[in-house]
Amino acid sequence: MNWINSILILLAAFVAVFLETSFGGVRHLLGAQIDLLPALIVYASLRTNLVTVTLLAVLGGLWFDTFSDNPLGVTILPLFLAGFLIYPRRDLILREQYYAQFVLGLSASALVPLVVVLLLLSARQSPIMGWGTIWQWLVVSVGGGLLTPVCFRLFDWLNRALTYRPAIEISFRADREIRRGRRSLNRVPFLAS
Amino acid sequence: MLKRPHYMALGLVGLLTLIVLSLPHQTADRLKLAIGSLFLPLFGLAKTSQQLTRQAGEATTSRSELLKQIEALRQTNQVLKINANRTDELLRENEQLRQLFAWQRQSPWNLKLASVTLHDPANWWQTIQIDKGSRDGIQPDLAVLTPAGLVGRVSAVSLTSSRVTLIGSPNCRVAAMFGRAEDGVITGGAGPLDNTLVTMMHFSGTGDIKPGQPVVTSGKGGIFPKGIVVGQIAEDSRQVELGYSEVRVKLAVNLNALDLVFVKMP
Repeated sequence: MNWINSILILLAAFVAVFLETSFGGVRHLLGAQIDLLPALIVYASLRTNLVTVTLLAVLGGLWFDTFSDNPLGVTILPLFLAGFLIYPRRDLILREQYYAQFVLGLSASALVPLVVVLLLLSARQSPIMGWGTIWQWLVVSVGGGLLTPVCFRLFDWLNRALTYRPAIEISFRADREIRRGRRSLNRVPFLAS
Repeated sequence: MLKRPHYMALGLVGLLTLIVLSLPHQTADRLKLAIGSLFLPLFGLAKTSQQLTRQAGEATTSRSELLKQIEALRQTNQVLKINANRTDELLRENEQLRQLFAWQRQSPWNLKLASVTLHDPANWWQTIQIDKGSRDGIQPDLAVLTPAGLVGRVSAVSLTSSRVTLIGSPNCRVAAMFGRAEDGVITGGAGPLDNTLVTMMHFSGTGDIKPGQPVVTSGKGGIFPKGIVVGQIAEDSRQVELGYSEVRVKLAVNLNALDLVFVKMP
């Protein structure tokens, strides 16, 4: 189990939530704040194990809800659901393809806010909604989709840079080298004469 | 495809979600506070970097530019002094008239300055967090404003920070009035994309309302004191149902550019 990768993903989720709360540039520009957690869930589902996916959903959801007016814990289940749908099928997915990563990121980023809003409405909360919500949903989905391949590249690079990679064993061995040359020819009796 | 561990993980997460969601309100708030404190180093780092950037900008400002700014500030200061003197005179006159008619005296507002530290990451809420909490005397339901006008109300308080629900959010209804005494209630915003307009329901006819009329708090809701500027009427009123009408109000405060706010202390 690659714990460094899992720790890196959780650390990224922590920083992502901080950035979403502190910097509102994208919100002012496009009218919606893009969420990085679904993209991270997609990465975790395709590259790590179920424990990491679960930890990311629980911790990421709790961190997100801490700074939001959401009831604490409402984001956990939608995040896990996105990971849960991808994880068992990951061997069937062409996960190295950018297109596949984009489509999965887009789907997860569309699914998570939708389920959160449905849970909020079922809990008799009154989130701000209107026609503009459709635009926000599109921005969040496409933004999340575009960020997913970036996540893959970044984490794969970090993983290569930080984790131990075992040396590849080759068939060559110095003590089994066959020596060839003139001297060996002289030792053969019929060739020497 | 789905194996036993998958179902176990799903069950565990579902159970955990149910437990956390069913926590009492106060416990959930405390838990939010505890989790939020994990982020303090990052917020400290962001604040320090902002200060350093500002200091670097100030260090590179030329002397002539600084002198120009000082001169402009001196002129503004003189104008403000004259205005303050006039306001003092008007206040004295107002007090005399109140005594004459035996009206209730008005006490001056006690305001506490606070910095906006973060915005709600969810797109379906309009809340901000400020850096003043219960140790600074902040309580729930205090009015939050800027020199331009009303911002919202304090909705949750922790030791060092508070959450402010912004005007236009369904969780922040404001009793307001326009004209001489036309009462209404600001019920919500214009939508998730536009936070410059809010909707106001009122019980009078549609004829007396004209765009540009100022809207201020009426003080009847019990949370906001009377006389805080909310904005001005943006368009003609339209009757929604028999008995009450709806009008759009353009907010005086730019909610996208909040940096410093004042909390009206009790």
